[in-house]
Amino acid sequence: MTQYMMSVYGPADYAEYGTYPSEEAMKQAMADTGKFNERLQEQGYWVFANGLAQATTATVVDGQGAEPVITDGPYLESKEYLGGFWIIEAPDLDVALRLAAEGSKACRGKVEVRPFQG
Amino acid sequence: MTLIADAITRVYREEWARVVAGLARRLGDLDLAEEMAAEAFAVAVERWPADGVPPNPGAWITTTANRRAIDRLRRESRRDDKQQEAQMLLDDSPPEPVGVIEDDRLRLIFICCHPALGVEARIALTLRLVGGLTVAEIARAFLVQEATMGQRITRAKSKIKAAGIPYRVPSSEDLPARTSGVLAVLFLVFNEGYLASAPDQEAVRSDLTSEAIRLTRLLRVLLPDDGEVTGLLALMLLTEARRPARVSASGELVTLDEQDRGAWDARLIAEGQALVRERLVAVSSGRARPGRYQILAAINAVHTSARDIRDTDWSQIVALYDQLAAIDPSPIVVLNRSVALAELDGPEVALAVVEGLELDQYHAYHATRADLLRRLGRSVAAHAAYERAIELAGNTAEIAYLTRRRDQLGRPR
Repeated sequence: MTQYMMSVYGPADYAEYGTYPSEEAMKQAMADTGKFNERLQEQGYWVFANGLAQATTATVVDGQGAEPVITDGPYLESKEYLGGFWIIEAPDLDVALRLAAEGSKACRGKVEVRPFQG
Repeated sequence: MTLIADAITRVYREEWARVVAGLARRLGDLDLAEEMAAEAFAVAVERWPADGVPPNPGAWITTTANRRAIDRLRRESRRDDKQQEAQMLLDDSPPEPVGVIEDDRLRLIFICCHPALGVEARIALTLRLVGGLTVAEIARAFLVQEATMGQRITRAKSKIKAAGIPYRVPSSEDLPARTSGVLAVLFLVFNEGYLASAPDQEAVRSDLTSEAIRLTRLLRVLLPDDGEVTGLLALMLLTEARRPARVSASGELVTLDEQDRGAWDARLIAEGQALVRERLVAVSSGRARPGRYQILAAINAVHTSARDIRDTDWSQIVALYDQLAAIDPSPIVVLNRSVALAELDGPEVALAVVEGLELDQYHAYHATRADLLRRLGRSVAAHAAYERAIELAGNTAEIAYLTRRRDQLGRPR
């Protein structure tokens, strides 16, 4: 079994309904994602999943020097940021890709699948 | 001595994929499988001239490669390798039945053409691991440095390992889509050979076309019931059959209407047409609808059954293109259809269809327009279209042909 991170990226600035065009769209996506998460749990793929707060809430810390240096904002300046992710455990990439396709449909976003080391 | 060398070459061509594929399953490591297979053939080159060719050369290579792999794992003697060694020594059994069709070579083809790999990586891996071409040969075929190609293959193999791309034939539900991905890779290899896209290259690279045909033949052995596999093989054979007539002695592309049909390869045509007939019977008797390769093969069967360009059944060809357009509404299909339409309904009708297409970056679009304009006596517009086609074309023989056509026009004033 390999663990995979399935990441979803979205725009830097959240609108009124986050990354969704309307309240209904947001609710529907949330409901679908919730159902997808339940399926992941039932079928034993689930390790962890959650959505992230806006990238503007991020803080970067560099603790390599004598004193930690703390900087406001995300590590990389970008138009799109990681908006949330799943960590799943699957027997192989084909299974992970199938789950990613389902997750993508549920959350209305592209999903990047990346294996963890070892 | 040469007899032995020939035997080794033949065994290599016939057995390479099987040896690599079997090792890959037992070792669970493509890299090691490839290396051990190569070593085993190197041992054969050393020993066979003195010892003679063994009675079952394929089995000899496999056994030698297996022994080498065990030696290697013992030498490295890491714990997980020890475990693997134990497993390998035990595992002589056939693989567990997970896919539709059980053949290690089929697994190998599907892993090389996995959609999670980039297209260039798929092509390179397939030619290396299934085709047995050396990295240097593949690099030369695609005009990149050997080191670059080596890196491309290495990176693809590490992705397979790290991302857990499975070594198996896809489930029957995924099989059609995955097979069509494999066919796309084989067709790309064939086309690169048939119409080499780079300047300073031979116009037709028979090394690539014949390799593509060989691999498609193998795929047909492994998936005999897939109509598209048969269709692609037929398409390749009927296209390859015309190769001897396709480039003139002076290195210029010869278009279908001007080709010496006596120079076409009758044996390949017969084989290709028989495959098309086989598919026609299957399609007319069952539920299977023909896919794009079967239709393209049928179009080529019509072309190759005309002894003279004037005997071509253009209405049949237009009808087949209509069928193709129904499953593939791309402007390129419309463009190719217009060539047949020009023969059936005249260049004016065809030009009206062509003018609306959004294919400005495609050389064949301008070449087709140029030819239609030329036939309509619109020399100035034809001249400009030839210019644009020459600018965009990559194949040397095609550029030579287009240049002659352009220069045959009266000078625009």
